[in-house]
Amino acid sequence: MNDDSLLEMRGICKYFPGVKALQNVDFTLRKGEIHALMGENGAGKSTLIKVLTGVHVKDEGDIFLKDKGKVQIRSPQEAQNNGISTVYQEITLCPNLSVAENIFIGRGKGKFVKWRSMNKKAQELLDSLGIAIRANQQLASCSIAVQQMVAIARAVDMECSVLILDEPTSSLDENEVAKLFTLMRQLKERGVGIIFVTHFLDQVYEVCDRITVLRDGTLVGEYKIENLPRLQLVSKMLGKDLDDMADIKEAAPVYEGKDTTPVYEGKGLCSSEGINPFDFEIHPGEVNGFTGLLGSGRSECVRTIFGADKVTGGTVKMDGKPVKITKPREAMMNGIGYLPEDRKRDGIVGDLSVKDNIILALQVKTGFFKPFSKAKALEFANEYIKLLDIKTASVNTPIKSLSGGNQQKVILARWLLTHPKYLILDEPTRGIDIGTKTDIQKLVLKLASEGMSVTFISSETDEMLRTCSRLLVMRDRKLVGELTGDQLTQSAVMNTIAGGEKNAE
Amino acid sequence: MPNNNVQPPKASLWARLTRHQIVIPIAALLLLTIFNLIADPSFFNITLSDNSNGDPVLGGNLITIIDNGSELAILAIGMTLVTAASGGQDISVGAAIAISGSALLRVLCGGERTVDTFKNPLILAFLIACLVSMAFGAFNGVLVAFFKIQPMVATLILFTAGRNIACWINNSELPVVNDERLGYFGNYIPGIPIPTPFLIAVACFIITFLIMKFTNISLYVQSVGINEKSSRLNGLNPELIKLMTYVLLGLCVAVAALIKVGRISQINYSVIAKDIEMDAILAVALGGNALGGGKFSIASSVLGAYVIQFLTTTLYKFEVNAAALPAFKAVVVILLVVMSAPTVREKFSRLGRKLKKSKTAEAGNS
Repeated sequence: MNDDSLLEMRGICKYFPGVKALQNVDFTLRKGEIHALMGENGAGKSTLIKVLTGVHVKDEGDIFLKDKGKVQIRSPQEAQNNGISTVYQEITLCPNLSVAENIFIGRGKGKFVKWRSMNKKAQELLDSLGIAIRANQQLASCSIAVQQMVAIARAVDMECSVLILDEPTSSLDENEVAKLFTLMRQLKERGVGIIFVTHFLDQVYEVCDRITVLRDGTLVGEYKIENLPRLQLVSKMLGKDLDDMADIKEAAPVYEGKDTTPVYEGKGLCSSEGINPFDFEIHPGEVNGFTGLLGSGRSECVRTIFGADKVTGGTVKMDGKPVKITKPREAMMNGIGYLPEDRKRDGIVGDLSVKDNIILALQVKTGFFKPFSKAKALEFANEYIKLLDIKTASVNTPIKSLSGGNQQKVILARWLLTHPKYLILDEPTRGIDIGTKTDIQKLVLKLASEGMSVTFISSETDEMLRTCSRLLVMRDRKLVGELTGDQLTQSAVMNTIAGGEKNAE
Repeated sequence: MPNNNVQPPKASLWARLTRHQIVIPIAALLLLTIFNLIADPSFFNITLSDNSNGDPVLGGNLITIIDNGSELAILAIGMTLVTAASGGQDISVGAAIAISGSALLRVLCGGERTVDTFKNPLILAFLIACLVSMAFGAFNGVLVAFFKIQPMVATLILFTAGRNIACWINNSELPVVNDERLGYFGNYIPGIPIPTPFLIAVACFIITFLIMKFTNISLYVQSVGINEKSSRLNGLNPELIKLMTYVLLGLCVAVAALIKVGRISQINYSVIAKDIEMDAILAVALGGNALGGGKFSIASSVLGAYVIQFLTTTLYKFEVNAAALPAFKAVVVILLVVMSAPTVREKFSRLGRKLKKSKTAEAGNS
């Protein structure tokens, strides 16, 4: 173990049934550094954090700590005792207690609480960290950022040497993020090692010293921030070397029909989810897509189009006629379909049968007083089960007992049954085996050739390049670029995602 | 995997029945029946005799059950819908019956203390009672659907205040209607030997069945109860659907109130339909419906309601002290509910499979 390192993880492996979540991953955290842990969804970031904090027990590998040598971490309590503290994305404090109580809760040695000394100690701690609140204030009265900082203060006071911040900035605005960064830098000066997990590239380059990149459960590498420009970071996260990207460009469908009226045309759209107002249009038979890293706002854009979030502004024309779309029902009535990103939360109706899940959207469209007959519903269900090759024991099986890919196909069937003019697919291929993925891509292209317009979102750039004729690039909740024709290459996409030439070599 | 297996497998009627939630109230009903058969088979005797007015009417314990269980069965319809859509129960139905019944009598009496004939047409009185109780249902529904208050807490308001509102409707008096036509709804119509409440209940079941058949209410309510977020993304309006179930429950309350008032041709707002809300919730639970919302079966709930009445009548028959009745009922209910709990059923079915397996193993050995 090196002298200046606080924490070393060597050869960590973690298996879940059927999945190798982590394979031989090394990680080193040094004294007084802020270390970013980067990777796409499912790269193994959270598994690594969970192994470190004792939520999961590692299957292989060793963890060394400064002054303690090799340690076993089998529970969060043990992690805590070893000076490893975590602050999660969601605040895990008690909002109805005071700040001081929150800092000291569950840590008293005796049976009695000495309120005065507790408040005094808490105040000293807050002052030393430059958090401008009173210790006896109720936590709920503080802003989310301050609550976040109180959580950090609590962690720091527990004499932690390793502080893990798991997406702490995702619910903060710019000013709050700046405050948080000041606090992080202070801690760094005290010699605390911070592991910072985030999806925001800008923030990584603003505050971090080192980056460790994971992909598909394996270590890609550890880099000093100055040695890894943005573009390379993105390419390492996505797993494509810049060199072999030039020739990927396949026979992507050519974008035609610019002269026709757009099926859908939105101007200045924005929603309650904090998207910068954006313009968007799609023509008949066109497949386009929103790309960008996770959390860049691509899902929020399509949710705005469908009226799934509260629409706060903008005008919409369909087939050249102005329409109002602020609710999913209005979007459906105008011939829009939307397959949501979070299948479990927004897509399936778990206890209902496959049949009911398939007919649901069309049934809502036809109206309350016009239920399909049993035979009709069965016919619809069987037709699409056959068409999409849905594997289910029967039409009456509850959808929740199907595999993820088949659930996704059921949701797809639900929308295809409504015969939409414009279909939005948000991550239709996530968590689906490769065969089904290609099936869905082929289906998308087939539908487009029949005149349907499709917006396709995927975390895999490959897939988007194969299917889309136009890509809209999002970064930090802003629409930052549009790529068509020859521009549709991995490197161009990455360039735009990473923020142009700003950090390129 | 071949795709010729998408048709529902042709399971035997028995297998399909045991998998359906209605198996719970049916089993309870069978248990009670067997118990009574062993204890005293005369329990099931049905007699035809003349009542005090000289009309022939059916009598016997079974008739008592289908007669007295009517209000509960009607309430169970609405309570099932409310439970399925909002994942909670309305505990104010007893108080709402007091309000609705008071409104009915107020219109019938036209503000007087005692009347010999209706001051206003009965149909008008009933419609107004319906409107009143639907309005109170809507009040509950708005609190639950739009203000997202826990159903039990939201309806606690009316549960507490309802009987006082009922009292105020009739200026704290207890009006009496001596017109025998009101009695028709709570007892017998001359010439028909079957108790009218049961006929009304059957009419309600038929109407409910037709509504289920000719509207999408079942699909919408289940969808909202299971996953509100995805229901919204499929164009449903979860708030409106929840509100609708509370208004429908209000309608059920009005019908139940008509029967309750019809039985005695007067109202005592402080005791009428006392504790009926608990029995109604119990009927839903006995029917095997998830109290957290989602899939439902109204037929099961209705059967559950009659099981409760069956139990009450059985206990009366064995001369259990009226004061001790609730305690006995509680014991039986605990048994029934525990038996029907998913974890226990799971254990039972596993036990059953094991027995079957060991049996086949034995058969294989011999």
